[in-house]
Parts: sequence; C-alpha cells; structure tokens
Amino acid sequence: MTSLLTYTFKNLPNTSKWALRFSSQTKSKKTLAKPNIRNIVVVDGVRTPFLLSGTSYKDLMPHDLARAALSGLLHRTSVPKDVVDYIIFGTVIQEVKTSNVAREAALGAGFSDKTPAHTVTMACISSNQAMTTAVGLIASGQCDVVVAGGVELMSDIPIRHSRKMRKMMLDLNKAKTLAQRLSVISKFRLNFLSPELPAVSEFSTSETMGHSADRLAAAFAISREEQDEYALRSHSLAKRAQDEGLLSDVVPFKVPGRDTVTQDNGIRPSSLDQMAKLKPAFIKPYGTVTAANSSFLTDGASAVLIMAEEKALAMGYKPKAYLRDFMYVSQDPKDQLLLGPTYATPKVLEKAGLTMNDIDAFEFHEAFSGQILANLKAMDSDWFAQNYMGRKAKVGLPPLEKFNNWGGSLSLGHPFGATGCRLVMAAANRLRKEGGQYGLVAACAAGGQGHAMIVEAYPK
Amino acid sequence: MVASRAIGSLSRFTASRTLRCSGYICRSFTRASALLTRTHINYGVKGDVAVIRINSPNSKVNTLSQELHSEFMEVMNEVWSSSQIRSAVLISTKPGCFIAGADLNMLNACTTSQEVTQISQEAQKMFEKLEKSTKPVVAAINGSCLGGGLELAISCQYRIATKDKKTVLGSPEVLLGILPGAGATQRLPKMVGIPAAFDMMLTGRSIRADRAKKMGLVDQLVEPLGPGVKPPEERTIEYLEEVAITFAKGLADKKITPKRDKGLVEKMTSYALSIPFVRQQIYKKVEEKVQKQTKGLYPAPLKIIDVVKTGIEQGSNAGYLSESQRFGELAMTKESKALMGLYRGQTQCKKNKFGAPQKEVKQLAVLGAGLMGAGIAQVSVDKGLQTILKDTTLPALGRGQQQVFKGLNDKVKKKTLTSFERDAMFSNLIGQLDYRGFEKADMVIEAVFEDLSLKHRVLKETEAVIPDHCVFASNTSALPIGEIATVSKRPEKVIGMHYFSPVDKMQLLEIITTEKTSKDTTASAVDVGLRQGKVIIVVKDGPGFYTTRCLTPMMSEVIRILQEGVGPKKLDSLTTSFGFPVGAATLVDEVGVDVAKHVAENLGKEFGERFAGGSLEMLQQMISKGFLGRKSGKGFYIYQEGVKNKNLNSDMDSILASLKMPSQPDVSSDEDIQYRLVTRFVNEAILCLQEGVLATPTEGDIGAVFGLGFPPCLGGPFHFVDLYGAQKIVDRLRKYEAVYGKQFTPCQLLVDHANNPNKKFYQ
Repeated sequence: MTSLLTYTFKNLPNTSKWALRFSSQTKSKKTLAKPNIRNIVVVDGVRTPFLLSGTSYKDLMPHDLARAALSGLLHRTSVPKDVVDYIIFGTVIQEVKTSNVAREAALGAGFSDKTPAHTVTMACISSNQAMTTAVGLIASGQCDVVVAGGVELMSDIPIRHSRKMRKMMLDLNKAKTLAQRLSVISKFRLNFLSPELPAVSEFSTSETMGHSADRLAAAFAISREEQDEYALRSHSLAKRAQDEGLLSDVVPFKVPGRDTVTQDNGIRPSSLDQMAKLKPAFIKPYGTVTAANSSFLTDGASAVLIMAEEKALAMGYKPKAYLRDFMYVSQDPKDQLLLGPTYATPKVLEKAGLTMNDIDAFEFHEAFSGQILANLKAMDSDWFAQNYMGRKAKVGLPPLEKFNNWGGSLSLGHPFGATGCRLVMAAANRLRKEGGQYGLVAACAAGGQGHAMIVEAYPK
Repeated sequence: MVASRAIGSLSRFTASRTLRCSGYICRSFTRASALLTRTHINYGVKGDVAVIRINSPNSKVNTLSQELHSEFMEVMNEVWSSSQIRSAVLISTKPGCFIAGADLNMLNACTTSQEVTQISQEAQKMFEKLEKSTKPVVAAINGSCLGGGLELAISCQYRIATKDKKTVLGSPEVLLGILPGAGATQRLPKMVGIPAAFDMMLTGRSIRADRAKKMGLVDQLVEPLGPGVKPPEERTIEYLEEVAITFAKGLADKKITPKRDKGLVEKMTSYALSIPFVRQQIYKKVEEKVQKQTKGLYPAPLKIIDVVKTGIEQGSNAGYLSESQRFGELAMTKESKALMGLYRGQTQCKKNKFGAPQKEVKQLAVLGAGLMGAGIAQVSVDKGLQTILKDTTLPALGRGQQQVFKGLNDKVKKKTLTSFERDAMFSNLIGQLDYRGFEKADMVIEAVFEDLSLKHRVLKETEAVIPDHCVFASNTSALPIGEIATVSKRPEKVIGMHYFSPVDKMQLLEIITTEKTSKDTTASAVDVGLRQGKVIIVVKDGPGFYTTRCLTPMMSEVIRILQEGVGPKKLDSLTTSFGFPVGAATLVDEVGVDVAKHVAENLGKEFGERFAGGSLEMLQQMISKGFLGRKSGKGFYIYQEGVKNKNLNSDMDSILASLKMPSQPDVSSDEDIQYRLVTRFVNEAILCLQEGVLATPTEGDIGAVFGLGFPPCLGGPFHFVDLYGAQKIVDRLRKYEAVYGKQFTPCQLLVDHANNPNKKFYQ
C-alpha cells in the first residue's frame, strides 16, 4: 500500500497517461446506453467553495449556501428557469426553520414558484440520493430537466432544549389560567436547561463515526503511518489541482458582509512529521485516527443540472457526462459502518457489465484515511469477499494512479449533504480532462450504507 | 521535495517490512520450538517484548492447573534471565477466555486442608514474584478472567482488557464455598478499595470491562474489532496483543506509569479508610450484612472478611498466611463440596446430551400471554428467536406484550441493553389473536390455563395449522404430558417444557418426555431451552414430574405444621434459616393457593397416603375467602403495592383455629419441624430416581436447587444424603413415621444407601 501511494505520488502525470492508454485497449463495452431507456446526462455542475466550519460562512443559513449553488448553476449553464421541472436537494443536519431547504433555496434563487422541490436525507450520500432520484424521475418520463444538489452548514447546528423543557413549554402554551401556568412552572428543575445536541454518534450503536473508523482501520491492520501518508497524498493532490485550476466546478461566492470566497480553504498539505505529532482523536491514547487523517467539518453546497439527453441536445447543450448504473447497499452499522464502497463497487460494475480495468477515473468519498485504506484492503481480499459479501472472489484494488487524483473529502472538505455532487462532477471533469470513458463514484454513509454510480464521459 | 519525501517513506517502508518479516519468522520459530516442550504456554519475542501466550489444549477454557502453573514459572524465569527482554505481555489465544479460574479437579484431588494450603502458598509465591518483577508484565485480557485468572492479572504491572461482553473479571470463589487463595484478598483491597473488594469477593459478581476500568481494576480498554481480512475474534486478539506490546514498551521505557489518577470521591474514600475506626465500622457493617443474608449457613464469606481484615490490620505476611490457611479449611467443608458439586451439575445441565436437532427452531409460537407465556416469549426474543405470542383477547395479549417490553426495558435502565437493542429484540415478538403464521412455526409452547380440556382444545386447534415437523410443547406444572398428548395425531412431537416463575429470573427448565416422545423432539426442546439460557433437566412423564412431585409432600407437611399451631412467620423463619431462599408459608402465597390446592389434590389422588399430612380443607377455605396469595393481595400475608414489610393476614386466624390439630411434642422441636419438611422432600426426590423419573442424581440436585430453592449449601437432595449420611436421614424418617405414618416411610433406594455406607450418589 505505502509503496503504491508513494509511487503514484511521484509519477502521477506520466503513469496516468500510460494507464489510460493501457486500459483503453481492454475496454469491454463501447457505451452503457440501454435499449428503450432514456439516456440521462449531466449538463454541468457547480459548487460553492467548501470551507472549514466556523469560517466565512459561519453567519449564513443553509438555504443561503444552497441558493448560492443554484445561482451559480444558473449562471454557469444559462438554463431558463422555467424549463426546470423539479429540484431536489440533499442535507443531513436539518435546520428546522427550513426543513425543506430545496424549496426555500429555489424560491430565493429566483426559480419559478411553479417548480416543485423536495429535500432528501441519507447521511453522507444525501446528494447522491438527490441525483439518483432525478435519474428516476427522468427515466420514468415524469420530468425532462431536474436540478439536484446538496447543502450542509456545520457552522450552525440545531441545539434544542431538553425534552423535559420542551414538554414544559408546550404544556405552558396549553395552560389557560394563571393557576395552571403556575402549576406547570412549579415543575421546573434546573436540569431542564441542559441542552440537547444533534447526535454525533450512530443512533443504533451509540458509536461515533471516528471511533468506528479507528476500529475499522485496526481490523484491517492499517497503521497510523499509512493513514497519514494517504491524507498527505489527498492534500497534496488537492493542492495541485487547485493550483492548476482543475477544480472548475467551484464558483465564487460573495458572502454578504464579507469578501468573495473563491476557493476551498481546508487544503493544507503538511509533513508526515507534523502529522505524526497529533494525538489520536477518538480511541485514546493508542488509536490511529487523528484530526489530520480525517475529513473535517465543512460548510458547502453543490448542484448539478440533469437532463434527458434528447432534451439537452434539443436545447443546444453539450453535456459533460452520462449518469449510468447506480447501486445502493447497506450492511452492519457497527463493524462495517464505512465499508459501503467495498460492497457497492463490485455490484455496480457487474450491473454495468464492466470490470475494474474499464474504469478510468475513481472518485471515492474519503471520510477518513483509515476508511479509504480499509475499503481498498477489503476490495483486495478474497477472504473478505467470500466470508462477508457472498462472492467467489475479490473485485480487486482500484489502481491508485486513477484514484481521487484531484484530492478528496479529506482535503477538499466534506459538507455531508453536498459531497455526492462534487464526486460526480470530479469524475466527469477528470474524464474530460484526462480522456477516459468511465468513472466510478462511491461513498459510504452513516447507518452502514453505501452508494456507487458509473459516470460515462459524453463523447466530445 | 515530494520526491525526497517519497524516498524517505519508501525506505521506511522497506525497513519496517523486513522487520515485520523477521519478527514473524522469529515468532513462528519460537512457537514451533516451544510447542515441543510446553503444552499450555509458549512465548515469542517481539523486539524486546516477550509475548507469552496461554492456550490449554483440548479445552474450551484455560484453567490454572499445576502444569500451567509450572510452565508459566519456567517461562517467566526465562523472561527474567534474558538480557534481550525488557518487558512482557501475557495473553490468551483462546477465544473468549483469558483464564477462567483455578483447576477445580486440582482442589478436589486433595484430601487434607494442608494439601490445599500448600497449593495456595505456591500460587501466592509465584504471584508475589510476578508482582515484584522489575520487567513490567502487561496482562492482555480478552474473555473471562475469573478467580485465579484475575489473581494472576492483578499481580501484573498493567492490565488491558477488551471491551467485549464476554470479557468479565471477578472473584467467584465464594460461590463455590471457598475464597480467592492466590493473593486476591490482599491485592484487591489495595487496588479497588476495601468496599469494592468486599463487594467483588463476597458476591462473586462478574464485572464487565468498562466497569472494571472505572474501578481501576484494568488500566486500558481495547474495543473489539469487526471483520477485516481475518475473522473478527482472531484479529481482535492480535490487535489486543499489538496494543499491549506498545504499552509494555512504554512501561519499560518509563513513558507510561502504571499509577492511575484517582477521582475526588475515591481520594476521600481512601482517606477515610486510612482511619482505623472507620475501617472497623466497615468490617462490622459487612459482617452484619453477611450474617443476615447467609444465616450463618455459609462459612466462606465470613472467612473472606476475616482474611481481608488480617491483611490490612496485621500486614500482608499475616494476610497471606491467613488466606492460604482459610483457603485450605474452606476447601474441606461440606458446604464447599456441595457448592462445587452444584457447579459441576450446572455445567452438565448446560449441555445437550440428545445431540443437535434435525431442524433448528427458528420460528417459535407461544400460546397464552399470561405471566408464564409472556415470560417464555421474553427469554426467547432477547436471544433473537422469532416469536409469535398468541392470546384470545386484546387486553390479555396487551398485558403480555407489556410484560415483555418491561422486562427488556428494565435491562435498559440497568444499562445492560441499549434502547436500540431493546427495540430490535422487541420486534422479534409478534402479538396476535389468531393462528396466522403458525404454518411456519417450528415449535409451539402452550402456556394456557392449567385445565386438561382446555389444553386438549388448544392442542387440536394447533395441530390443525402447524407443519408436520413442528414440536408441540406444554408448559404445565402438574398435568401429565401423556394425558395431554392423548388427543394428538402425532404424540412423538409432544413434550413438556416446565418453566418456573418468573421465567426471566429462574434458571431451571424441566423438560418432560413421554414414552412416545421422539429423541429428536427432546433434542429440539433442549436446544431451545439452552438458547433461552436455561439449565435443563430432562425427566420422565408422571404425575408432578420431578419438581412438583418433590415439592408437594413438603407442602402437605407445611399445612400440617400450620395446623399444629406454628405460625406462618415462625415457619418462614425456620425454613429460611435452614437455607431455603423463601419461607414455606410465603412460598404458598407466591405459588398461589388455588394452584397449590389444584396440584395437591391431583397428586394426592395419584400417590395416596404418601402425600398425606395437612388437610386440604385449609386451602379450600382460603380460596373461598379469596386469599389466593400474592396475586389477590392476601394469603397468609397481606400484600400491598409499594409496601415492603408484609403483615400477617389476621383473617387467617379463624381458619387456622378451626383446623387446629394437636402437636406432637416429640417431633415438634424447631429442628424436627425443619427435618420433617426436608426429609419428605429428599425422600420423594430419591424415589423419583428409584422409579426412573430422574435419569441422574445430578439432574435431581439441579432441579431442586434451581427450580425449588432447595438450600444450595446442602447441594441438593442427593448431595445432602451423600454429605449428611443416608443413615441419619433414614433414622429421622423412621422417627416421624412412628408418629405420623406412611408418608414418612423411607424409599428403598434410600434404605439401600443407609445399609451400605460405601454407596454414594456421587462417587
């Protein structure tokens, strides 16, 4: 593993071209179009810069960020607002005032008030769910044009009064006479004031995700050093992508009362020595998951424009990619919380009739270095495939030179509800830039769920 | 810059890889050579850390036997003398078990207390040497760490335990009538404080890893791992070893200190305990409590207090000496032999001697959502068994469902379950009023009202809807299974499963087979019972089976004694002071007066004068006045919600007066009253063995102790006869026979044992 990492690191520009040439020879299929099913395309997609929570977006509300992504998309694609049939957004930690954040953002962004909008939630694959819902609406002929996106604002989270306090306040509302009110108030105790935070731990297991990631890394015997090296790779690749202007999905956002934000601010390539100094964040004192090899709390929003191919062509668009087969999986939320990509990858490849060799661009969601490395090890293990996935053999290791080449959630950031669209756009943009045909997007999510989707480059 | 970093990491990689390789070779090499010489223990060296691995062959658990002991000593001597080794990790490679305790056979083989004391002193010496080791030793604990295993672990410099449900630490010696004989009485109080140490040693309770960490019993926790590229259990042990090695190195390098920060409360407590007066008060309090709970019938707890006291007040030398001597004495007591016998019996009754059933029960159905039915459902759903609970009315069903929910929710309150686990378990339960889904049932347990015609009706109804392979089990305390099965189309699939109330607390399950019951049906019933966490006895069908049959003559005598003018309170105190957990009069109230009468009547008809004694008229009158026991709020006592101290039901006085009989002064001393009760019980139990209702004495003892509360310190009726002497019991019976008649006539098997002192139920 380590050698692979360092190898890619050094030789990336050369190898990727070589690998592409090599893999194009083994292509098994020309396209994944299916008879009698509409082709669905991504016309384009954008995202706000992803920022560390508590920085420039900290005074906004989620729908502000979502609106920025929608406005950016309108601007980028010049799509007439009234053409959009439907809008879907993913989000995880809901702001109670705007629980259907898709609708609030769409209205604010100037979409037609005749365009319906709904919000979905599926932890870290919420915007993946938004996109695949759009695919379903188009494939079934209900819609032709759908905007899908996602938003997360971790700078502000809904902290509630305790249940007891809430109950008292509700009872107080109902109380009619002074005597009734007094009797309700007399039940007040000081501990009613202790607030209730949105759960950071898995509801079913009461385990935090970082803790689970640490155990997962240990289960696959992944060392701290390997994890730090992978994180460093992510940050270094992201830095280079940023410097070279490859992150073209980012649209600048003028934050009210602040400067215009133009780029992601979580990319911080450090050194292995610096990273080695950090103490474990979850399993203390001997764990391996640290702040440096985990994704950080992030604010951000993303949006993509999805159309039926014939509609896009009729409107004169040159789409970026097809959205092809996709797959949702779920497994044990305790010990396999973050192994979604391992389960989803072979299934989606099989469904599409592809093999690992056919894929030119891998875009995997990086929740933790340990999680990514564990997934890679699991995908490369016959034992795991046979004993836990009911498969005869492993699916194989994705070649690292094709893997998250422009950085990932560890470095770019991970606004829970918005990451899926970023992954799809990264895959589409990489295929265009690097010249491949198929991209594979995969992600894990809380609840022990996972997702994978094939993105096919639109012929130039 | 990127390139140089890459090269740097590359070189690091190759270096670490070769290191790992050589480590592996070295390990497998030493392992191979060690295998040739040692059976239980081998060790390898990783860097400067010796990894000592325990794994006794051909056993599910590791026990501290003499062999293991001497091999451990050998290994430690090598560790201490090697200049290459700076620290050590002690770990078991057996899944689910660190060391489960001392080897009981080793103790049983001893014939004198001196021999036992000798064993204790050797262990003490070894552990003291371990405690004083200049090379730190880390105990890496996964699975049960009990008794001698705990004593070994607390002699190490550092303890790391997996936070697994199977990882428990404890000193259960007291439950076997002995005390921790390898230094725990001296080390535990220093480690966890006097009160906690007393609690551990006097209750024998098992402590889970997270609690042990809070108490200071272990220093670090390791989370169990899920699947990786190896089975989870295997990798978890490996990971535990890796973590333990880093701590062993840290201790050797003095980067980690084994001292623990104590909280404020702990500091204050330990300050308070440094005052002799406070300590004296604690000893007194604990002694009083023990006296009250054991009624002086169990010598071990008092000796434990005494030994701990000696160690603290007179120094550890005196403490160790006292520990080893008391240990030797206790091991020779009748109580300890009885308790160890029970322990062995319990282990035997946790096995399925009928083999694996052809088809494992996956779908269970329980008929009747009353106290028993809901209890059976509860112990099934919490083990993951899909269970249908059926009753005939919605309120009755709702009550049963609520009982199951409450049972599970109480565990959430005690934090042994999470609310999520509770919900998942509760969704294994389906409540319904019809027979939908019974076509998929693998076993149906009926727990409807004890009425033969009703049982016949539900049997016929059920057989009309269940598949051919489905077992029909009847939960009844007295109706013969053969009679229930008369209406069955497939009597080979009919069996009795007699649960005890409250089902989630009582460990026993009595399984009753008729002559027609097939072996596979029995295997299936035992399998379900074991999955429900029960200890199981399998007996032959007959009136009252085994348990009810033994209890009934004793109950008859209870009524007789009450008629002779002994009050319920006095009777209760006589029975509890003999070792019964519940007084005899209270027991009638708990069982229910109507149930008691029903059973007494039925069995009285079957067995005639051997079940004579008291007049059933008393129960009849109680029933007519509505005194049904606890369930109706009144019986011999008055029961009120939330009132702890129960008062006598004064309305009973007139009933008792009307049925009064003269007492016989020769056989009415306190002791005589106790023996009149116990000998009738014991005599009937032995008759059950004689008649073949019981297959083994072990099952008889387990059934009596775990189902009926026969005094555990006596070990059950068969141990009691062996230890007390058959002749003495026959003498007693003859004496009572002379006064009362045939109900006291000793059975032939008992007489045989009396005539031949070499004859024992347990050899």
